[in-house]
Amino acid sequence: MSVPPMIDITLVNKFYGNFQVLTDCTTKVRKGEVVVVCGPSGSGKSTLIKCVNALEPFQSGRIIVDGVDLSDPKVDLNRLRARVGMVFQHFELFPHLRITENLCLAQEKVLGRSHEEAMAKTLSLLERVGLKDHAEKRPGQLSGGQQQRVAIARALAMDPVAMLFDEPTSALDPEMIKEVLDVMIELAQDGMTMMVVTHEMGFARKVADRVIFMDKGEIVEDVPKDDFFGKPHSDRAQAFLSKILTH
Amino acid sequence: MFANFDFDVIRRSLSYLLIDGMGFTLLLTGLATLLAGILGTILAVIRLSPVPVLPRLIIGYVEFVRSLPLVLLIFWFYFLVPYIGQWLTGAERPIAVGAFSSALITFTLVEAVYFSEIMRAGIQSISRGQLAAARAVGLGYMQSMRYVVLPQAFRNMVPLLLTQTIVLFQDTSLVYVVSITDFLGAAGKVAQRDGRLVEMYLFAAVVYFIMCFAASMLVRHLQRRNEFAR
Repeated sequence: MSVPPMIDITLVNKFYGNFQVLTDCTTKVRKGEVVVVCGPSGSGKSTLIKCVNALEPFQSGRIIVDGVDLSDPKVDLNRLRARVGMVFQHFELFPHLRITENLCLAQEKVLGRSHEEAMAKTLSLLERVGLKDHAEKRPGQLSGGQQQRVAIARALAMDPVAMLFDEPTSALDPEMIKEVLDVMIELAQDGMTMMVVTHEMGFARKVADRVIFMDKGEIVEDVPKDDFFGKPHSDRAQAFLSKILTH
Repeated sequence: MFANFDFDVIRRSLSYLLIDGMGFTLLLTGLATLLAGILGTILAVIRLSPVPVLPRLIIGYVEFVRSLPLVLLIFWFYFLVPYIGQWLTGAERPIAVGAFSSALITFTLVEAVYFSEIMRAGIQSISRGQLAAARAVGLGYMQSMRYVVLPQAFRNMVPLLLTQTIVLFQDTSLVYVVSITDFLGAAGKVAQRDGRLVEMYLFAAVVYFIMCFAASMLVRHLQRRNEFAR
């Protein structure tokens, strides 16, 4: 008897017009597992994780998240999205709202929490990501690294069952990458289920359970991290690794 | 050359000009702006939404209104609405619609077209990532629009919306075709009564200029502030 996986992706195909972005993608993420998704740009890695919380539609295949089948027309996708946290490359905080309002908005409008409840959650999360002092500022007053930590806190405020990260450090200056990765590492060690699109191989080495390597819309490799860094099976993964690890 | 002019006519009729005349102009402008702002925003949101058919109907409506002179619309609306009302309610006689209601509805429907085009540009100026982020935390499409996209779009578009309102403020003078007395109409009446056409129309021009110029300055100030805020 095995526990059903938290995220179950089966033979997903996605097209933009005639162009196929995802081809027969299949993988499973168990509860508490951290999976790093990497690959050259345009390989479909961001698209794949956007499919997981139904931000992108797909034409065929099946994705089941925490027992909920995304292609079931009866499923309330808003509810589902609220349960899967998403962190974007460009943070996407709401610039017209204060940090606290950024975190409270969906708690109140989607989960129906009272303002006091939402605020208590907000402040404890801001403390956790080390930004309690900035609670009443607006996003524009924070550095990129701080904004991304707020974005992580905003996703966590919904008590997600899993977190998706779409190149969370790619838009950051080098000195700010660490503060964001530290928050993510802590999250991984706390047992959060995570799918992380990133080129930060140090992060992958430290906390990933598995590494998925994608190229041209296909999952080329899906292996435990030691196997991936030790001896990637495919030539494409080898070529990719040698390119990003040599400098 | 001003020796033969009697500028005292302005002083004598000032309360009529400003309270009755300008009061009406400002009331019509204010109400029409408010209603058209709401209607225009709704039209813009529907036009950009993924629903079928409705966006095309709105495009048709926008093109129709923009292709006809405003005077003609005011004129026709005034004469047609009673009959449309009769048809809608099944009454025996054409519905009596006051000149003010008629003018207000016409300006609202026309301005909504211009406001909807401005709001459409405003919504499109907000990056798609913002909508994605709003959806990602579980907000529905309409909630995302209401709490995330529209407040930013509106803020970015305030200068353009105000500029359009200045145009509306001037256009309200066209209500003379349905015999309503606005500021310009009041000035015209006094001019005819006292035989002081040059003085009154000069005064009207000065008042319009001062008010519109002041409003334009405000728009520029807001534009500059928006640039800093970004």
